[in-house]
Amino acid sequence: MQTRRETLKHSAAVASLLAASGLFPQYAQAFEKAAFEAKTINEAIKSMGGAVPVESKDVTITGPDIAENGAVVPFGASTSLPNVKRVLLLVEKNPSALVAMFNVSPDVEVNFATRSKMGQSSDVYAVAITNDGKAFFAKKEVKVTLGGCGG
Amino acid sequence: MADPMRIRAQAAGDKATVRVLMSHEMESGQRKDGTGKIIPAWHIQDVTATLNGKTVLTAEWGPAVSKNPFLQFTIKGAKAGDKVGIIWKDNKGDTRTDEATVS
Repeated sequence: MQTRRETLKHSAAVASLLAASGLFPQYAQAFEKAAFEAKTINEAIKSMGGAVPVESKDVTITGPDIAENGAVVPFGASTSLPNVKRVLLLVEKNPSALVAMFNVSPDVEVNFATRSKMGQSSDVYAVAITNDGKAFFAKKEVKVTLGGCGG
Repeated sequence: MADPMRIRAQAAGDKATVRVLMSHEMESGQRKDGTGKIIPAWHIQDVTATLNGKTVLTAEWGPAVSKNPFLQFTIKGAKAGDKVGIIWKDNKGDTRTDEATVS
């Protein structure tokens, strides 16, 4: 018959396995919160597993030069680099720089589009983080006539 | 709960371009209400896309993604008739799943 002690040891082992694989909900929540609360571009990239980013022609960011409505600014981020683990979209002057993060799998093209809020005219970055932890970015200056964070 | 998502998945060769329009307030947590109190952040946090049940994309979003979020991506190896599923979870724990067939 399994003793209480053995049951407890077993669940501790399972819990640590879950935490290590990032499946533990508490752990996963904390992880992403830190990145989304980062105030600067480099901090956000670091908490997403990337080194200090290097500008690269192989990363593309598409978006308007002037956004009439800062609440809805369409952006596309893509890269032709191999071994990309994740793609980030960041707006430098937003209260929290990180807008979105996409985990790349072999089943999708590394090309994502979404719409973001921009508080004010700012540089917008697309960052590709590769499997070996290097980060590459492309940036675009976007002017905003009406800020999107509620003023 | 929220309105259903609008998902369009179109096959072109051996890939399918998927466009999703989700219905969500995406409150940034920066706005104040009439009394001057901050309206708390309420936004989609996790998005998962599946092809015939297999996860092909996961994404994490912050409050800066626009209201009624739009997402476009391309799945490799998808063909007409395949099922694309999109699941989102927000920071209050609500979740929604919708599915569409690749045309």
